Amino acid sequence: MEMRSPLARVRGLGAAHEGAHHWWGQRLTGIALVPLTLWFVWAASGLIGADLATFKAWVGTGQNAVLLILLIVSGVHHAQLGLQVVIEDYVHSEGAKTVSLVLVKLGAVFLGVINVFAILKLTFGS
Amino acid sequence: MVEFNLPANSRVTEGKTVKAGPDATNIRKFKIYRWDPDTDDLPRVDTYEVDLDRCGPMVLDGLIKIKNEMDPTLTFRRSCREGVCGSCAFNIDGTNTLACIKAIDDIKGDVKIYPLPHMPVIKDLVPDLNVPYAQLKSIEPWLQADTPAPTRERLQSPEEREKLDGLWECILCFCCQTSCPSYWWNGDRYMGPAILLQSYRWIADSRDEATGKRLDNLNDPFRLYRCHTIMNCTNTCPKHLNPGLAIAEIKKAIAARQ
Repeated sequence: MEMRSPLARVRGLGAAHEGAHHWWGQRLTGIALVPLTLWFVWAASGLIGADLATFKAWVGTGQNAVLLILLIVSGVHHAQLGLQVVIEDYVHSEGAKTVSLVLVKLGAVFLGVINVFAILKLTFGS
Repeated sequence: MVEFNLPANSRVTEGKTVKAGPDATNIRKFKIYRWDPDTDDLPRVDTYEVDLDRCGPMVLDGLIKIKNEMDPTLTFRRSCREGVCGSCAFNIDGTNTLACIKAIDDIKGDVKIYPLPHMPVIKDLVPDLNVPYAQLKSIEPWLQADTPAPTRERLQSPEEREKLDGLWECILCFCCQTSCPSYWWNGDRYMGPAILLQSYRWIADSRDEATGKRLDNLNDPFRLYRCHTIMNCTNTCPKHLNPGLAIAEIKKAIAARQ
């Protein structure tokens, strides 16, 4: 039974004094993803049916590799920021919330690293 | 995990029908949510046949007629009957609004009246508003200044005063607050549109000297940033205010000082 006053409940643990960073990061990556995604769709549609050699040559130009890495990093960062909000919104059991937040954060880093590694390998690898 | 089962008393059953008198000429059905805390019964929707030829034009007139003439057990809040007190806020015809300024003629078909959504119900159409009132208290909605009070009013230029337009008119009916899905899911930690608009009313006040403290208090992933610009608040406001814009202004102010 909860007998705290409504004010004590509302004040809770106090303000986190952060949150602006998350909000701004989501907007920045969102803005970056508009041109990057359009570029990627346009570029990828030109590569339909291409063989590995053509693809390697395409990635191998520094410009494409850089744009791909930017797309991956902003995409994964944007996705984990958004998923974090979705989980905080809807998952109210503390245990499940913590576990899913950890999985999302670690999963995002893993996805990002594996993709960037693949791009670098295609660019510089043998 | 995510909760799929609805809490107790979420299933609403069909209730009784109270017919209009035999001399009724212009019948409109009012379907009203009823719940009595003193019984173990599930909530129900009662139907009242209201003779509009013997009733005032607004939904509140219908409710008062029902309470006076058909069923004195019907419980709801009302006071000023002209849209300034904010007491008679209900979910009417699917939208949160004030019964006293919502015309019955503007509603097609039956007049469906439910309590403000997602708040604990005390009885019938009366929600428990203790949490939003405590949230209002927590933002300290009064003028705070260290400069000693002058012997007359604290002055404001007309332009500074203009910044409060669209903010001071809020009557705290909580139509916006309870229309917001973010407030439904996290109402214990998210301030909600009504409280954030009130907060901005003091942030925007040129005479207030506590802006930084007010922003500090809101800079929190839940208190402020649970707003996902869904904009139900602005769509539903019976006073045609824009809480969504006020929240955006708070976010801009916090970004500006980073």
